[in-house]
Amino acid sequence: MNLVTVSGPPSVGKTSVILKTIVSLKNRGLKVGVVKFDCLFTDDDLLYEKAGVMVQKGLSGGLCPDHYFVSNIEEVTQWGLENNFDILISESAGLCNRCSPYIKDIKAVCVIDNLSGIGTPKKIGPMLKSADIVIITKGDIVSQAEREVFASRVHSVNPAATILHVNGLTGQGSFELSTLLFDKDENITTLKGKTLRFSMPAALCSYCLGETRIGESYQMGNVRKIDLGKKEI
Amino acid sequence: MATLTDVNLRHDKIDTILSKYPFAETFLTNNGVDVTNFRENSLDDYFKSLDPEHIEDHAIDPEHLLDQFSVFISQMLSFLGEDDKVVESITILPGHDKSGKTENFSEFIIQKNEIVSIVGPTGSGKSRLLGDIEWAAQNDTPTGRSILINGKTPDKKWRYSSSEKLVAQLSQNMNFVMDMSVFEFLELHAESRMVTDSETVIKRIIEEANNLAGEKFDPNTPITALSGGQSRALMIADTAILSKSPIILIDEIENAGIDRKKALKLLLSEDKIVLMATHDPVLALMGNRRIVIKNGGILKIIETTEEEKEILTEIEELDKKVMTMREKLRNGEKLTS
Repeated sequence: MNLVTVSGPPSVGKTSVILKTIVSLKNRGLKVGVVKFDCLFTDDDLLYEKAGVMVQKGLSGGLCPDHYFVSNIEEVTQWGLENNFDILISESAGLCNRCSPYIKDIKAVCVIDNLSGIGTPKKIGPMLKSADIVIITKGDIVSQAEREVFASRVHSVNPAATILHVNGLTGQGSFELSTLLFDKDENITTLKGKTLRFSMPAALCSYCLGETRIGESYQMGNVRKIDLGKKEI
Repeated sequence: MATLTDVNLRHDKIDTILSKYPFAETFLTNNGVDVTNFRENSLDDYFKSLDPEHIEDHAIDPEHLLDQFSVFISQMLSFLGEDDKVVESITILPGHDKSGKTENFSEFIIQKNEIVSIVGPTGSGKSRLLGDIEWAAQNDTPTGRSILINGKTPDKKWRYSSSEKLVAQLSQNMNFVMDMSVFEFLELHAESRMVTDSETVIKRIIEEANNLAGEKFDPNTPITALSGGQSRALMIADTAILSKSPIILIDEIENAGIDRKKALKLLLSEDKIVLMATHDPVLALMGNRRIVIKNGGILKIIETTEEEKEILTEIEELDKKVMTMREKLRNGEKLTS
């Protein structure tokens, strides 16, 4: 089985891109499964079901979504193997723009959109910088020039990645993406022992444990203060 | 992984690297590496000077960054070193439609400076045809078509390079979304294309755009404040002059506020191959040939007949009449018969 991790900021069109790509994968006779990771709520599993794709969803609720992802990805992989998928796609939203739930030696796809502004590639951390494939969406509604500028910004933070434009509505580009996702020689049986491409942010403070009150006396653990400078007036 | 022989990215002075490869600065800036005080030092010194907490906070991975830096420089060098290998022609070799029927032509060659129209109902396979061209299909897409460039099997770079794409697109739904002036915007685009003499190029684009648009605009106008016609004019002029893609796909151009004939002329004068998906007779008949798409395949290729060209002249006059009336209404005049 192949495993592909797809992530990207909310509302960039990850699900649409994956759904269109699955059509091409299925046309090649491949059995595809999806696991959707989200925080509080998602309906996307219904979209996958409607498209005849076996899907699992995991909501992280009160936990950090990426910590939740990494704590469950092995179990999900085993689920995929039990169901004899040729390819299992995990979809998760990168919420703090820093995390990358990418695993070494496992294909990593980052989805971002042209509308997010040209400063965005610089703002997104390992999620973009360490991806193998970067998909840029919503190219049909911005000008050619903006597409080119945006792609060149992405290229400058991740020159090694393959950058593709995919239209989640029409599916333009999704066939091309599908050819990059499946490698018949790749066969994953477990993720045990594999490592993340980048560490996740540390968080262990009183608020992690349910504290709601504001003020220094309630803050314990890994707490850091904003630097407001000491400008003389 | 690419390796550079003439510099050691880890240990050489940053100043040495930057003076050899001035474009490398973009990479460092966009990756949040601030070397202002380290120009006399190496990147290794820079990374060692960083507080571990800073590294953690900014998600910096020095090894990964050095690898990426090396890839970036190698790619830029090969990009800059390339002679402008002009795309003289593209050839479409037949595949099959959705029912598996082989397309009824032996080969279809489109030369640069040529306009070819694409007609067919929505969902008939126009975007797949474009997709095949953009991806430089080699009998490895759902249609089984193959694409040749200058009569030969194309280089893989057309598929995977981010800076060199075969097809640029102009469509109805496109908008400018950036918050900046026309000048700043063009400057940014020129910079991303590594154009050396950007001032001249920008001036030319604005001139050409103003030449296409009914109402002229100033370089200091925010791009989002341009009218529909002005935006289209700027997009076309910019794509014609600054985009490196040799093929331009036009998905309908609304005729409001822009001289479409001039627009096409401009694209052709820049040695582009123009593909135009349209059912507007004024545009569709401007091509010498048109591809008819049905059921996912190319059904036939029609040469524009003499009779059609005469008809085109008639409808162009009509089009002009409507444009004049529009202008009059805009200026608060009354229409007379």
